[in-house]
Amino acid sequence: MDFGAIFQAAFALMVGLDPTFLAIVSLSLRVTLTAVFIAALIGLPLGAALALSRFPGRPAVIVCLNAMMGLPPVVAGLVVFLLLSRSGPLGPLGLLFTPTAMIVAQVILVVPIVIALTRQIVEDLWAEYRDHLRSVGLEGLRAIPTLLWDGRFALATALLAGFGRASAEVGAVLVVGGNIAGYTRTMTTAITLETSKGDLALALGLGLVLIVLTLMINAVAFGASRVGARYAG
Amino acid sequence: MRDTASILPLRVENASFQGEGRLLIDAVSFTIPAGGLTVLLGPNGAGKSLVLRLCHGLLEPSAGSVRWAYSGAGGIKRHAMVFQKPIMLRRSVEANVTHALAAAGLAGAERRQRCGEALARFGLSERATQPARLLSGGEQQRLAIARAWALRPELLFLDEPTSQLDPAATRQIEELLAGLVAEGITVMMSTHDLGQARRLARRVLFLHRGRLVEDRDAAEFFAGPQAEEARAFLAGELIW
Repeated sequence: MDFGAIFQAAFALMVGLDPTFLAIVSLSLRVTLTAVFIAALIGLPLGAALALSRFPGRPAVIVCLNAMMGLPPVVAGLVVFLLLSRSGPLGPLGLLFTPTAMIVAQVILVVPIVIALTRQIVEDLWAEYRDHLRSVGLEGLRAIPTLLWDGRFALATALLAGFGRASAEVGAVLVVGGNIAGYTRTMTTAITLETSKGDLALALGLGLVLIVLTLMINAVAFGASRVGARYAG
Repeated sequence: MRDTASILPLRVENASFQGEGRLLIDAVSFTIPAGGLTVLLGPNGAGKSLVLRLCHGLLEPSAGSVRWAYSGAGGIKRHAMVFQKPIMLRRSVEANVTHALAAAGLAGAERRQRCGEALARFGLSERATQPARLLSGGEQQRLAIARAWALRPELLFLDEPTSQLDPAATRQIEELLAGLVAEGITVMMSTHDLGQARRLARRVLFLHRGRLVEDRDAAEFFAGPQAEEARAFLAGELIW
């Protein structure tokens, strides 16, 4: 195998803005960003509510959520597959093997991360703020906006963790998306396929994009925590 | 603008508080009329913070009652509290003040106006846009007092407001408190610092092991307390 040639071909794809290559990258980003956005809408308020509420069975809920953070993506994919398959309860929607199905599967992967991390962040913040917030009359659900805003930098890191998980996974999008060329083919599913086919240039080019993306996520997370530290004193 | 009926006097009658199966506050009774500065004095663990929290409504008494002369319109509290360790939101100095005002239900324009007044009154105007948590300890406590003052309380509770500050910052806070009293705000604060109590108090409530042992005019108290425990405390021989 000529690694030099493979690298050259990979760079040619990236620099030459090959349309197939770009379509794969943009679909991946669209699916994952949408999934993280929806997961944030669901997970931030729920995580904060879980942080502030006390009910029987709460520890069990927290343990389950923490465990769900490690849910194997293929299993999440399988669950969504069963729901959306022709004979499944949501079969009539005809969503299987569409980008929407991939978004749903990734939301399932990301929501537990967002809820679990939000719960931890908000609970710590509440312990510190409780006396003052109760003193000015912000209790229970009324305290949530303040706590989410003041935890914004730590929460951004939680969302980036969710983004990292969703952008790197292959199992869920493969099972529910089907890796259809030009429609549901993402970076990770394309890498899997092209590697087994032997088209290493495309696989490597996409792999490099994923690595750059990961680096960027971590740079942003680092920046967020630095800015946060300024306010946290 | 504000309704005229006063929330004072505050009447605490046989208030007890139980925590972790122990009686931490034992049937405490006293009245706080309008005006002046009352010091809640006692050694560590006497229950000073708990009494303030019961008064402010952060805790519910397990027996007895805490009653205000008038409970106010629209459920807005007219008493505020400043804590031992200043609780600063992760926001700018002015946002710390406007947040409390927003929580009290004030509209944007009034919030900004009152915030400006409060920062000017407590010498924090130049710090307005800085992150509150980067202020020094003394400035943070001053901001906590400014934030409480902006709510226009009739009664201000302070829980050992200077116990974490150096002497210069302590002196500054004491001057501020004297100014608040001169302004007509009733102040009730806890301290275990005798010098501070002597400098500030008009009246002393001496608390020991969850019981109110003495409730006297400050001058009389320091001239010769009646309770054994209070004498020992003044002599520096206490007891906890």
